[in-house]
Amino acid sequence: MEIEFIAGHNLYWIISLLLLVGLYGMLAKRNLVKKLVGMNIFQTSIILFYVAIASKRNATVPVIDAALGSVDPAHYINPLPHTLMLTAIVVSVATTGVGFALLISIFRRYRTLDEDALLKRMR
Amino acid sequence: MNDLSTFPSAVPLLAILVSAASVPLIGMSARRPNLREFWTLLAAGAKFALVLSLLPSALADQVAETRLFQISPGVDLTLRADPFGVFFALIASGLWILTSFYSIGYVRGLKEKHQTRYFASFALCLSATLGVAFAANLLTFVIFFEVLTIATYPLVIHKQSPEAIAAGRKYLAFTLTAGVVLVAAMAATLQLTGTLEFQAGGLSAFQDLSPVEVKVLFGMFLAGVGVKAAIMPLHAWLPAAMAAPTPVSALLHAVAVVKSGVFGVVRVAGFLFGPETLGRFGLGEVMLWLGGATILLASCLAFAEDNLKRRLAYSTVGHLSYVVLGAGLLSPSGLIGGLLHIANHATMKIVLFFCAGAIYVHAHKEKINELDGIGRAMPWTMGAFALASLGLAGVPPVNGFVSKWYLGQGAMEAGSLAVVAILLISGLLNAGYFAPIVYRAFFKRSDNFNSIGEASAWMVVPLILAAALSALLGLMPDLFFHFFTLAQRISAQVLEVSIP
Amino acid sequence: MIEANLPLLVPLAFLIPALLIPLIGVRAPGAAYPLALAAVLASIPIAGFGLFRVIESGPVTYTLGGWEAPIGIELVLDPLASFLTLVVTVVSCLVLIHARHVASVEHPDKRVPYYSLVLLLLAGFCGILSTGDLFNLYVFLEISSLAGYGLVAIGDKRSPVSAYRYLILGSVGTGFYLLGIGFIYVMSGSLNMADLARILPHILDQPAVLAGLILMVTGIGLKMALFPLHFWLPDAYSSASSATSALLAPLGTKVGAYILIRVLFFVFDPAAVEQRAPIASAIAWLSAGGVLYGSLMALAQQELKRMLAYSSIAQIGYIGLGLGMANPLGFTGAVLHILNHALMKAALFLVAGNLRVQLGHSNIAAMDHRLSRQMPWSMAAFTVGALSMIGLPPTAGFFSKWYLVLGGIQGSYWVFVAVILMGGLLNAVYFFRVVERVYLPFRRGLPDNGAANGGAEVVESREARFSMLAPTLILAGALLALGLASSFLVNRVIHLMVPAGL
Repeated sequence: MEIEFIAGHNLYWIISLLLLVGLYGMLAKRNLVKKLVGMNIFQTSIILFYVAIASKRNATVPVIDAALGSVDPAHYINPLPHTLMLTAIVVSVATTGVGFALLISIFRRYRTLDEDALLKRMR
Repeated sequence: MNDLSTFPSAVPLLAILVSAASVPLIGMSARRPNLREFWTLLAAGAKFALVLSLLPSALADQVAETRLFQISPGVDLTLRADPFGVFFALIASGLWILTSFYSIGYVRGLKEKHQTRYFASFALCLSATLGVAFAANLLTFVIFFEVLTIATYPLVIHKQSPEAIAAGRKYLAFTLTAGVVLVAAMAATLQLTGTLEFQAGGLSAFQDLSPVEVKVLFGMFLAGVGVKAAIMPLHAWLPAAMAAPTPVSALLHAVAVVKSGVFGVVRVAGFLFGPETLGRFGLGEVMLWLGGATILLASCLAFAEDNLKRRLAYSTVGHLSYVVLGAGLLSPSGLIGGLLHIANHATMKIVLFFCAGAIYVHAHKEKINELDGIGRAMPWTMGAFALASLGLAGVPPVNGFVSKWYLGQGAMEAGSLAVVAILLISGLLNAGYFAPIVYRAFFKRSDNFNSIGEASAWMVVPLILAAALSALLGLMPDLFFHFFTLAQRISAQVLEVSIP
Repeated sequence: MIEANLPLLVPLAFLIPALLIPLIGVRAPGAAYPLALAAVLASIPIAGFGLFRVIESGPVTYTLGGWEAPIGIELVLDPLASFLTLVVTVVSCLVLIHARHVASVEHPDKRVPYYSLVLLLLAGFCGILSTGDLFNLYVFLEISSLAGYGLVAIGDKRSPVSAYRYLILGSVGTGFYLLGIGFIYVMSGSLNMADLARILPHILDQPAVLAGLILMVTGIGLKMALFPLHFWLPDAYSSASSATSALLAPLGTKVGAYILIRVLFFVFDPAAVEQRAPIASAIAWLSAGGVLYGSLMALAQQELKRMLAYSSIAQIGYIGLGLGMANPLGFTGAVLHILNHALMKAALFLVAGNLRVQLGHSNIAAMDHRLSRQMPWSMAAFTVGALSMIGLPPTAGFFSKWYLVLGGIQGSYWVFVAVILMGGLLNAVYFFRVVERVYLPFRRGLPDNGAANGGAEVVESREARFSMLAPTLILAGALLALGLASSFLVNRVIHLMVPAGL
């Protein structure tokens, strides 16, 4: 693979790395809280991905205001991915909230948040 | 000879529904056995009358048809009382009346449990059997065929003993697998030929298929219907299913279920593939080999069984293959013989099973070697037994002779001396495994039956009637129900020859 | 007026009461159930009218806020969406009627959140069905998922753990779906389904588009429990309360299947995709694996709800098989199976609920032949459901399999035909195992005392109450009726859904 391809997509590599770290945390960590942290990293990476695809060099916020410069659409950042991500952030927060509620409930019943210990006590 | 004209009629549908309608009535009268049995008898009588009303039009090449509604693109749920359907429906519904009377005597004599379930399942089985008989296309046929499979299950496990439950499992394993194969074959047929309609003489579309396709399809169909027809090696469920009460064995395992199987074989061979296709691809010969081998092997296995009902079951396996053999010959007389054997074997084997049941109820004997001298205690029963076993061996005055005669004639027409030999050998084997029973019953003595008299009239009258019917049909094959004329017509339609 | 707003009405009918119930429920917990039932009852005629309207005069679109697509968000009721909306509303209505007593027995203190979450779940489902926008679909998917996690957590002692697992894996699924949309949005600049269907054929050669599709399919596969992404399902269904599993099992995975249909067949062109990446074939092969795996695992289960859960994995496999065949007959079979399986599984889970409420357990090993006398009607419904699951005519289950087999033969997928039929036989084995146990007195090693005193034995009736029995029996009856009416359905309704590309 060409160096430029790798070098030219730095941001995407970082996002992919974050995605994998998140996935690893969700699926491989034995501590349930760490799984939730992994989930947040995973979701953040997707949010970053959306934000990244909207970004543009030398562009500004999509508000038509003479003080900010021209009215040419090419000079504005695409606002849609950002708005989408507002929703996604809300969803992410809600999911985290439900996750913590479940964790509290699990801890009250089993007095542990470690998956191995939990499996033993569930038997 | 394909000039059958159809006319719309609700009678085929009514004939099917009348026993299904009796199921809830039977269920609701669970606490009043007399009322419950009245419903059974009423349904049986009504069903037979309805089927009988279809006979004149079938003889006049007028076919009553009930076209209901579409069940799959291009395929309607259609019932058609063609001669072959009426032929089979007559046998099944007629013998149901006898069996119903007999059942009452049997289950009350044994104080059986779950009598309501028993009579309800029985009625449902008969509905399904008539559906199989009147199905105008393969999909309708398969639907009723599978309903029959399920409706028979409660009867097989009726005794709820571990043995009966094991038999039920075996039965379902065989029949459900067969059903699956049948569905696959049917789907392939629909894709390849574009139709599922039964047509006397077969579908011409099959002649355009490649040899491999035809052979594989035929193999799947034969396996699909062959389980209920108990073609070896697919017969193992039948002897096991003898764990069922004897009237069930009598009507279902000698008439309705297994005959649905051979009926299916003839339907598939004569009305789907057709003699021309079968002949061209050498498939008739396959049926001959399978049928012949089954006849000889089953007869030999019958010798080894000491349990009376199991011996009868192996005898049934053998006799079912007479029909397969008759269809495989692809000659007019052969087919007539095969068809007649559906009716003739039914009347004879039902007598034998009735006798086995009467012996079981009144003498509590199931084993052949315990039957010494029973002929003196139960002369009518054992007399009928002797008559029917003579018939199955092919001795002239009884109707078994007629079908065997035509089968032999058909074998000569087809130039197949091997089949003639099989018929002769199997006749001897039949005589061989039935003679010891009759001999023990009448010529040996024991103290087993000193205190036992004849069975109750509920049981003796039906079995004597069936025996008398066997004898009369032997002397006059066309008596009452025109079985012979029907068989002749069916054979002529399938083989497209004119009636002599 | 009503006609133009049809796509919005059903989700709203659920959403508004879903928010009202917690508010009212704080003061009057007794009002939760009537409110929920009223919402579901109101939604049925709307959904029915929607289907009628769509069949009569074509799809109905509604633009949110008056912003025209592709800039604004569109809600579209087409035959597929309106049909499944009706299925969802009818099945959920029957389950809710059944749930009242189950909820008051299994979790009396959590009735208010239960009904609220149920309505939220249904709002999510109906939103998914009616939206015409990929991102909007994601939002509804998350609404239904979050409600689902909450519902699963209202159950037995293990249920929070099952719900937590479900949440983690569900988030992976929705995350992948979201990422996939991102890929496609980057390449196409649109999120509107109809707009995408126009754009995508021109840019299908871009690897990013295919990668996006693969990510989306993976995510949806997780949500619909497509083998081998099914591992969350057995725990979630078996430890949730009976009232929840009866709702999630028939509907949850089916909505997942709907998203798959929508994306694969309506947004993308399956034939064009198949030339570049064998996605449909991969789904079909995985589904075939799922049919066998689910059936074999169901055989090994000792708990009825768990057995039914594994059976769901197998039945999802049937739907996936039909979709993967990507021909009209297979598609018809898949859609018909979505309907049939929703009804069969609902009926079977309702019976499991009856057992749990009446006996306190649903262990197969602890059932015996007295059950068929104690609960004759429930067991009869179970038997009908089992026959339909096996696929015996004339029950509904036979006909969906019949179309699937026809589709398999049409496309010469002989392995799939064999798998479909084999799956039916395996179904027969594990359902007859239960039926035999319930009806026949047979224990290894024990004498046959059941038959000996079977007639004299007087067994006290423990049949479920009418409000639980009626929905069960209606569903069982529907299985028989739908079998005979399947051709009518196919000709009049499902025929309209088959995408033009097939």
